Amino acid sequence: MATAVDRSPLDSKTEDELWLRVYRRMVTIRLFEEQVNDLYTRALMPGLAHLYIGEEGVAVGICEALRPDDYITSTHRGHGHCLAKGATPDRMFAELLGKEAGYCKGKGGSMHIADPATGNLGANAIVGGSAGIATGAAFSAKRLGTGQVSVCFFGEGALGQGSLYEVMNMASLWKLPVVYVCENNLYNEYTHFSEVTAGDILARGTAFGLESEAVDGQDVRAVHATAKRLVERARRGEGPALLLANTYRYHGHHVGDVSRDYYRSKQEEQQWKSERDPIQILSAWLTAQKLADAASLGQIQAEAKAEIDQAVQFATAAPYPGVDKVAQDVYAGE
Amino acid sequence: MPGSNGRELTLAQAIREALAEEMRRDSRVFILGEDIAEAGHPFKVLTGLVEEFGTDRVLDTPISEAGFTGVAVGAAMTGLRPVVDIMFGDFVTLTMDQMVNQAAKVHYMSGGKWKVPMVLRTTLGATRRSAAQHSQSLHAWFCHVPGLKVVLPSTPYDAKGLLKTAIRDENPVAFFEDKMMYRLKGPVPEEEYTIPFGVADIKRAGDDITIVATSSMVQVALGAAKLLEEAGISAEVIDPRTLWPLDEKTLIESAKKTSRVIVMDEGYGRYGVVAEIASVIAEGAFFDLEAPVKKMGAMHVPIPFSPPLEDATVPTEQSVFDAARAMCG
Repeated sequence: MATAVDRSPLDSKTEDELWLRVYRRMVTIRLFEEQVNDLYTRALMPGLAHLYIGEEGVAVGICEALRPDDYITSTHRGHGHCLAKGATPDRMFAELLGKEAGYCKGKGGSMHIADPATGNLGANAIVGGSAGIATGAAFSAKRLGTGQVSVCFFGEGALGQGSLYEVMNMASLWKLPVVYVCENNLYNEYTHFSEVTAGDILARGTAFGLESEAVDGQDVRAVHATAKRLVERARRGEGPALLLANTYRYHGHHVGDVSRDYYRSKQEEQQWKSERDPIQILSAWLTAQKLADAASLGQIQAEAKAEIDQAVQFATAAPYPGVDKVAQDVYAGE
Repeated sequence: MPGSNGRELTLAQAIREALAEEMRRDSRVFILGEDIAEAGHPFKVLTGLVEEFGTDRVLDTPISEAGFTGVAVGAAMTGLRPVVDIMFGDFVTLTMDQMVNQAAKVHYMSGGKWKVPMVLRTTLGATRRSAAQHSQSLHAWFCHVPGLKVVLPSTPYDAKGLLKTAIRDENPVAFFEDKMMYRLKGPVPEEEYTIPFGVADIKRAGDDITIVATSSMVQVALGAAKLLEEAGISAEVIDPRTLWPLDEKTLIESAKKTSRVIVMDEGYGRYGVVAEIASVIAEGAFFDLEAPVKKMGAMHVPIPFSPPLEDATVPTEQSVFDAARAMCG
């Protein structure tokens, strides 16, 4: 057919734009989290902060494989997922500081950012707590025929929660368009996952008939390629998947967890940072492919830094909600 | 109540009719739970629904209460209106994270952006000889949590009207049905009606004592009221119908009128529904009361199997009659 348009491969320009956009997103998340660390340690941020630094390739690689209207659920370590799905740093920071301008009017905070406009069903502070929600969203997508896919991000700590397997079973029985993404950063809070996780992680997915694959979570291109395949497979109605992304948490369980000697060595941390850093791995590839050079990458970093600085200024200056708002939003429609 | 033209339904039939009508009205409504499709639920409440609506909308689930309640939360957030069937009220313990930490909080935590229009239907009530894990009345747990609404119908008419309201509500609603009342018959009109939440119903007017009763205890209260009438005591029986929102005004007004109050509920009395309602009345009608508010809930023991033991754990017409007569003496 002479008039047929070849839609299969991305043209090279789009491909280049994709990886530069991915780089920008990863850098933005890294800078966002460094700023959170700074605000928190200067006692300017209330509550808890669980940093995503080191894991950026997972959230960005996967969210770049999603449509804007696809759903995600996130975790207590969720800033990266929210930003990767399209949240803006200014309203993120505002939420982290408990300000009215935040994504949840300051009522959710760091662990509960939700945003219907970007398909974010919410970060969840119960480990494994969002597996049902993500599966239910996939149920709706299938029932309503919207073509949406739902991605459930969870840490390897959630592998200990039984409800995860309950919903995997249903997702498989009902062929729901959901991808369960296990981010294995090696530590359930302060305990190495191997001490509390028996058997083989992927086998837990295959036991339920889920398409189950592991990927190097520090290689955003590998994450993206695998995610795209599993997401599109789910979108075609071919069923749910489990994607195990092997990654590493550079910081502690939360910002206050600074003395980590009793559960892991500084050498281990240093090794991941110097040899397996997802941003360095991508920038090396971009440079080798001549898609970028030190100057262009530096410019992206500077722009991202400016965005973060402005966002912090916005959030710091934004007002707290009035105390009269405390009882609002308990019930919908009232 | 509109005239029923003599039409009577059992409570089970009223529930089924409410579900069927709402499923016809709104294609987003669906039911999920264990053994609810071809089996029609062990109590046969749902018989016939799968034939009309198919297995897509009357969905048999694995025995995974936490899992399918979670699926319902997510489905409710994204455009559907699930009605979760939890076979026995005792099994709500398995759903608590999904109901308490997820469903109840999603709207508030998201600053009002996501909502969870779902209903969790389940049972309460002892005296079915089902022992400690199939006989509890745990609705007070849900009343304790902001973000949830809690409904306890006591008649077929109320059950139908309240369930339709629950399905149309924008919030998670826990709906408790007394498993011993499924065969109770009562007038239910053919024509469409709903019953608003937060409106108590005076089941019997009286002047000397108010008996506030919920669900299974309403029939007991009405029986006691009849005995009291023979003894020359006029009892008013009020059913709050929804425990949250709670029609405090009607309860307090009746307490002020009669000056004596008994509060009955089949949940445990300690830290329970009766304690809360007694405190609402004590605060609202203190200077009009002739006696302390009397609480009558389930005895604070796991529900025993042996029939004489089990029967001793719940208020009876006689125990209510005795308490009322002592208060009015």
